[in-house]
Amino acid sequence: MKAVITVIGKDKIGIIAKISKVLAENKVNILDISQTILQDYFTMIMIVELEKMDINFIELKDKLHDAGEKIGMSVKIQHEDIFNVMHKI
Amino acid sequence: MGKFNNIIETIKMIEKEKLDIRTITMGISLLDCCDADGKRARKKIYDKITRYAEKLVEVGNNIETMYGIPIINKRISVTPIALVAGASNDDNYVEFAKTLDKAAKAVGINFIGGFSALVQKGYSKADKILIESIPQALAETERVCSSVNVGDTKSGINMDAVRDMGKIIKKTAYLTRHSNSIGCAKLVVFANAVEDNPFMAGAFHGVGEAECVINVGVSGPGVVKAALEKVRGESFDVVSDTIKKTAFKITRAGQLVAMEASRMLNVPFGILDLSLAPTPAVGDSVARILEEIGIESCGGHGTTAALALLNDAVKKGGIMASSHVGGLSGAFIPVSEDEGMINAVKAGSLNIEKLEAMTCVCSVGLDMIAIPGDTPDNTISAIIADEAAIGVINKKTTAVRIIPVYGKGLGDEVEFGGLLGRAPIMAVSKFSSDNFVMRGGRIPAPVHSFKN
Repeated sequence: MKAVITVIGKDKIGIIAKISKVLAENKVNILDISQTILQDYFTMIMIVELEKMDINFIELKDKLHDAGEKIGMSVKIQHEDIFNVMHKI
Repeated sequence: MGKFNNIIETIKMIEKEKLDIRTITMGISLLDCCDADGKRARKKIYDKITRYAEKLVEVGNNIETMYGIPIINKRISVTPIALVAGASNDDNYVEFAKTLDKAAKAVGINFIGGFSALVQKGYSKADKILIESIPQALAETERVCSSVNVGDTKSGINMDAVRDMGKIIKKTAYLTRHSNSIGCAKLVVFANAVEDNPFMAGAFHGVGEAECVINVGVSGPGVVKAALEKVRGESFDVVSDTIKKTAFKITRAGQLVAMEASRMLNVPFGILDLSLAPTPAVGDSVARILEEIGIESCGGHGTTAALALLNDAVKKGGIMASSHVGGLSGAFIPVSEDEGMINAVKAGSLNIEKLEAMTCVCSVGLDMIAIPGDTPDNTISAIIADEAAIGVINKKTTAVRIIPVYGKGLGDEVEFGGLLGRAPIMAVSKFSSDNFVMRGGRIPAPVHSFKN
């Protein structure tokens, strides 16, 4: 299953490092990544593959949330289908 | 990049524009719970609801976590209780309401609908008992919702029931007077009630429905408003198109949630209800959409046309996005639950007469309207009759959920709390409808040709 991770907050050094460390530790593979600055806010979107993940979805969600909190960023993970159904016929 | 822009759009809809799934409602048939012994019937009802809905809240929460879209309510609708309790020898059905309340608490849902009777053509013995039990049932339970269908296009209007419901509403208001007559917020009088509506307070599980189904109600007035902000000054063609596209996206999210809930609970998917349901939160208002279309304050001239366009475009966009559409599907205009409506009433642009006109072109009807506590029973009955006539003649669902707040008058404002919101007391006509209501009998079904 694929999921979308969004990281939003004030730009600073080490955001990608911090988030990808959590992903690597739990065997989550990053498939695609994009980052932009939207109205002064750093916005990073990652598309990840959870096939080989060694924890469950809720645990990963909590870990990402905690990692984000430490650097003052909001981190969300959502099943990719919510985006697919809304924008593809 | 398109892919990432779409992701940002969805995130914005959820985070900023308050896109949510308003309700996952499990419809449960209680027809097999009939029993000559009321006590035994109630035990069967309790056991069946708690068994079928055991995982409803948990599944709802899991879907919310997985997809990151809020699911505000998990609810249950059941077979109209008059049909189930009628087999018993009981002469009061309050205990049945208490059983529903207990079952709702046990499975952790906030509302259970179906303390209902369908009397569009006449009363059965059980219908009469149920209706008489409504005030006490609503006063002594917390989560039970009640509805009565008093008319439909094929049968006309049962004016005896219309007369009685005026009294029942007043009595409910009195018995719940210590909490702003809140019992009336859980009581809906319908014409052309639908059997698969997932929204409270009017939800019940019709007799033509399956054993158990999952119905889902979507929402998203804030998303539609935000989309329209980008096309200010453009023609109605553009407005309609924008609403359609937005409704499509909202509905697809609802369809996904419905299918997931159906799969996880192993219960068939029933319908998706496309309604734009507002909440009292700022940015979640249907009135503000109408104002975005160009009306200075909701209720001003042009409001009915704007609402007609909105309602129609929501359906057009939503229908393609879901495999089965049903329920009430359209825009809701509950006054107390919509920040823009409350504001419009206070500004003097919106009154009960304009709301009545608006109900001709949108879902449901006079919804969550607080009126003076001393409004005569027969005036309330006459309001119901007007609304039922609009539904019966125009082949649409209409309803009245009106709260004559005990001890309150014009100039007062009442707080119902939570999603039920707050409402300024609205004026009703001072002129009597007594002789009209006291006639009783039935208004015949309308002719279905010669439409003018």
